[in-house]
Amino acid sequence: MFDTTLTLNDLAFLAQGAAMTLAVTAVSVAAGTVLGILFGVIRVQIGPYWSAPLTFALDVFRSVPLLIQLVLGNAFQSIAKLGWGPFATSCVVLSLYTAAFCAEIVRGGISSVPVTTRRAARSLGMTWWQDMRHIVAPLATRVSLPSWIGLTLGVMKDSALVLWLGLIELLRASQVLVTRLQEPLFILLICGAIYFILSFPIARLGGYLEKRWSPND
Amino acid sequence: MFNYTFHWNQALKALPQMLDGALVTLEIALVSMAIGLACAIGLTLFRLSGNRLLGSFASAWVEIARNTPALFQIYMAHFGLGNFGLHLSPYAALLVGIAFNNAGYLAENFRGALKAIPDTQTRAGRSLGMTSLQAFRLVVLPQMLRVAFLPASNQMVWAILMTSLGVTVGMNADLAGVTQELNARSFRTFEFFALAAVIYYVIAKAVTLAARALAWRMFRY
Repeated sequence: MFDTTLTLNDLAFLAQGAAMTLAVTAVSVAAGTVLGILFGVIRVQIGPYWSAPLTFALDVFRSVPLLIQLVLGNAFQSIAKLGWGPFATSCVVLSLYTAAFCAEIVRGGISSVPVTTRRAARSLGMTWWQDMRHIVAPLATRVSLPSWIGLTLGVMKDSALVLWLGLIELLRASQVLVTRLQEPLFILLICGAIYFILSFPIARLGGYLEKRWSPND
Repeated sequence: MFNYTFHWNQALKALPQMLDGALVTLEIALVSMAIGLACAIGLTLFRLSGNRLLGSFASAWVEIARNTPALFQIYMAHFGLGNFGLHLSPYAALLVGIAFNNAGYLAENFRGALKAIPDTQTRAGRSLGMTSLQAFRLVVLPQMLRVAFLPASNQMVWAILMTSLGVTVGMNADLAGVTQELNARSFRTFEFFALAAVIYYVIAKAVTLAARALAWRMFRY
């Protein structure tokens, strides 16, 4: 199993794939988080009744397989003649997918801040924005950050699915090498190891923060 | 605006075929969940056993399942196991991949649930004269199931969503596979996949609601 024809160039090819995975993840998580915070705040602010359409739309993104969403997104962009490449399409779909989960996390974070605390802030003469920025944001971040880290890692793993649109990310790169070298187990093990190395330390950090910051210990 | 004529009729005509596919999807999700539950109970026992070897085996399983993509796990089952002379069909590879993934997440879920039951409960049971098995079965387990049930039902929804990955290893019987095959024949990509998305949504919601109803019946005080 270890006398392989894998060369340094092939490893560089895998590294390029990993870079693509990280790029897709970074763009999607950044855009998804901004959108998610926006949606989450809107949902809390206008109440369950008026936000029902938004809740439903976000729920759809969480209940339909990502692969189907990617195919639909790609079909949509070609129907609407938007002319997006695979990278843009993947990022848009993944961002919306991230936003749907992030909105839920943000909502949970905001509702974990006691109403009395917020009323106290408003009674002191703070505006809504000041209350949000100086009272809610720090407290909600404490509660939400561990799940947000989990979400980021989830998106990093789910970004493997963009290979269906023809983007050469880590998993697709290893598949290309498998096709050429015919050593599936060895190359897939390297690919899995890269995913593991990217994900495991951050997962541990999330677990640590969750334990460290949990309110009742 | 779009300069594209939607042909929904074609997709609706294929609905019976796609519903058959949805049944296969449900079947794979249920079977993979059953295997996953069995493996997760085993892994939890391994972790509790205090045996270093079994414990690290269980931890390795859980960490690999949780820190690599589900698609990678399915690829491993489909392409990787070939090195050992095991050539799984797409169906079996999909099942093995999802079951492996489920087991990892469920084992972690069980561990959290076990931690949520204070040690004093067991001790109280033992001081009432219960054997350790009785204390576990009558005191700890019912409380543990209460904590673990909803996350486990979420995992069931994830299992349903994960079955769609089978199409990447050539699975053509489940909902995603059937849809892809219809799409390859007619190129009505948007219509077919939109219908598939609706079916997936309905299944996911039905499972969530059923789990909630079940939880309400079983765990109501």
